[in-house]
Amino acid sequence: MDDIRALSAQLAQDPQSLVFLRLGEALRRKGQLEAALRVAMNGLERHPHLADAHDLYARILTDKHDYERAFDEWDMAVRIAPHHTGALKGLAFLYFKVGDIEQAEAHLAAAKRVEPDDPSIEQAIAMMRKGASPPEPSAAAADSSTAASPTAASSTAQAPQGSGLDEARVFAGLEGANEGLLLIDGAGRVLGGALKDRAGTDVTDTVAAYLAGVSQEAARTAKLLGLGAWTGLSAEGQQGNVHLAHPTSGALLLVVRERGMPLGRLAILAQRATLMARRWLEQQ
Amino acid sequence: MSQALDMITRVRGVRGAMLVSAEDGIVVAEQLMEGIKGPAVAALAASLAGRLRRAMDAAGTGAAAFWHLQAEQGALLVVPGAGILVVAVAEPDVNIGLVRLELLRAVEAGL
Repeated sequence: MDDIRALSAQLAQDPQSLVFLRLGEALRRKGQLEAALRVAMNGLERHPHLADAHDLYARILTDKHDYERAFDEWDMAVRIAPHHTGALKGLAFLYFKVGDIEQAEAHLAAAKRVEPDDPSIEQAIAMMRKGASPPEPSAAAADSSTAASPTAASSTAQAPQGSGLDEARVFAGLEGANEGLLLIDGAGRVLGGALKDRAGTDVTDTVAAYLAGVSQEAARTAKLLGLGAWTGLSAEGQQGNVHLAHPTSGALLLVVRERGMPLGRLAILAQRATLMARRWLEQQ
Repeated sequence: MSQALDMITRVRGVRGAMLVSAEDGIVVAEQLMEGIKGPAVAALAASLAGRLRRAMDAAGTGAAAFWHLQAEQGALLVVPGAGILVVAVAEPDVNIGLVRLELLRAVEAGL
């Protein structure tokens, strides 16, 4: 309850912040579904293109057994962020509920391609193949025994597990926090986040090593040109776009997204991630 | 080559353009405003391009078709071609989209 009070106070102080994701999830877990619904709807009004907000709303609707609207919300989340594993699992759950096992498996397979190391996806696939009904999503069902439930998904909107921030939660609450965000120090050591290539292979350490020193080179180049301090570096790749920023002088943040995300939008996302990373670094 | 650089430097807010050898960072051709240290910028741009290419390859995004270093008082914009980097130095309020188009045109035209 203290968490909810603290999160409510944070949200009241900064209504534009993404803390509504954590507050909504905390309320949902406590079974306060009407309050959670209000928080999620207010958040969606302010952030209509945030996949995590649609995902949160869908989970609350699922708890309220409003599966039709939950489907629409998860569908929207996947349209915004095709690799949103929480939404993919949610859709899989709903397809299972209406008996469309083929679609359920297809969505779980898609989630597995994004997060191949997530054991809950494999468990859910196995349960469905056995014909076992996945557990009913509910506010109290967010433990490891509810593998096939989207409410137990590794969503970015979950409440903190511990009292303080940890490495895995640097970008918690940010759109696509589970994918394509990497924070490294000046020596190329990983501080937070992770990266996978298109085949699903973990490339975190390799990319971090290549990026070591980029911050210094960017700073020297900008200085030589008399351009002042560098603020960011955007690049369009053939299969994806990236944005680099430096939350602090020694740290470097990399955001990777699909080619479909325009560089301008990527820069906005990177700005948010930079703020979160800076806050996290300051707390370490 | 000079025609390609002309087209780029005609864009309002562009302070200069260069063709740089991607491999060794040597200036191949340049049209720069006074005060810009072409050879040093070329060397750093090539080095930055190399690091970025390796990181992007590893991340699975493929090679960069365009990159853009933003700074408080301006920007460096780069389009890699075959063994060559086409580089523009610009003011902060430049139309990035337009410069990008001219850089891409220069590469497509084979310089």
